[in-house]
Amino acid sequence: MGHEDFYELTAAYALDALDKQDELSYVEHLRSCPQCREDLGAIQDTAGLLAYGAAAEAPPPALRERILDQARSERTNVIPIRRRWALPAAASVAAVAAMAAIGLGIWASSLRSDLSGEREARTGLEQVLSVISDPGSERVSPSVGSGTLVVSPTGAAALILSNLAPAPSGKIYEAWIAEDPAPKPAGLFQATGDRTHVALTRPVPKGATVMVTLEPAGGTTEPSAEPLFAAKAA
Amino acid sequence: MTVLALTGPGRATETMRLRRDHAHLSDEALVALVARSSEAALGELYDRYGPVAYGLALRVVRDPAFAEDVVQEAFLAIWRSAPRFVPERGKASTWIMTFVHRRAVDLVRREERRRGEPLERAHQASGSTEEVAWMKFERERVQEALAQLPDQQREAIELAYYGGFTQAQLAERLGQPLGTIKSRVFNGLGRLRELLAEGTGDEDRWDTKTSTS
Repeated sequence: MGHEDFYELTAAYALDALDKQDELSYVEHLRSCPQCREDLGAIQDTAGLLAYGAAAEAPPPALRERILDQARSERTNVIPIRRRWALPAAASVAAVAAMAAIGLGIWASSLRSDLSGEREARTGLEQVLSVISDPGSERVSPSVGSGTLVVSPTGAAALILSNLAPAPSGKIYEAWIAEDPAPKPAGLFQATGDRTHVALTRPVPKGATVMVTLEPAGGTTEPSAEPLFAAKAA
Repeated sequence: MTVLALTGPGRATETMRLRRDHAHLSDEALVALVARSSEAALGELYDRYGPVAYGLALRVVRDPAFAEDVVQEAFLAIWRSAPRFVPERGKASTWIMTFVHRRAVDLVRREERRRGEPLERAHQASGSTEEVAWMKFERERVQEALAQLPDQQREAIELAYYGGFTQAQLAERLGQPLGTIKSRVFNGLGRLRELLAEGTGDEDRWDTKTSTS
């Protein structure tokens, strides 16, 4: 897509109305296009005003305290967001999203062919999207390999790997989070063309290094090969 | 008439007293304080925007419990993301509503079935106080601007923003080609921007000429 094509996505992005594929390409384009960032800033204020078009309503009084309590408890820790509505999903939605995920070349951590596979693929896709579109996310260049590590303020993380070769037969890529005392597995995935998107299955603490190794199919519990990618979270 | 009843009379006095410290600060200054882990600043932002956020969440997700979840997640995301807020990129209020809207839309897309349900239930919630004046003013301003859009553009914008529909879903629901929907959304929001900027001296940078219709 050329710049003009992305420009036409600006309004729909500001309204959160882009389909996943378009959103993913738009967000990636935004990183490299100051003009589109400026256009988006201009129209986002308009979209934001639409919030006032819905009638304001007093939230239940207890909500204020709940938010402040939770904020207080998170002050020193990175805690994954609790989302009670995040997981259950209608099967048809999951199926459509899984197809979209395959089309995008996004695979969740799991290539296991169990029943939760579709749901995980969908969750992974959403995680990648939400991490890379979060204005608060940090993007880190690797010290080994090529691509980007993106870490959201919650610690949810995604890898965008460039030109990763397909894993040889009987092998699979595995992501790791290097922490004391031992690296923790953070998902299995296959290479998917020019860009491989990976949703890490566990949050990345500040300062931790994320690595990728090539492992025997099925994965391992600790890395057995030299990292092909390594990046240290800010 | 929409109503706001944040506090009872006794509670209101206490709240006013606690709020006085931050009441004079701009939204952007409050976000800067939130970035330094000020709970009081987060509380003040919540007091300013909680009702708008909750009203928006209710409109989109149509369920009070889910709307609460949305508002809670959004304000916690604001708490976590405040250090990365860039004032040059846009207003703090826009930034806050972006979190709320995004979470509401994510939720409604997971809970497809809610979408067909009527809105009424969401708007019967609370007590008896007048909607505060500035919110009423903004609501009327936005609704008037929406009313001036051509019908098809207004329909596309409202279904996208308040209904949480993607453009492809809109195309299917309205039985129109995707390109037509994209044009309505693009031109509609551009026109809305002009309408809302009128009288504010806001420079218009939105160029609708490049759109396909």
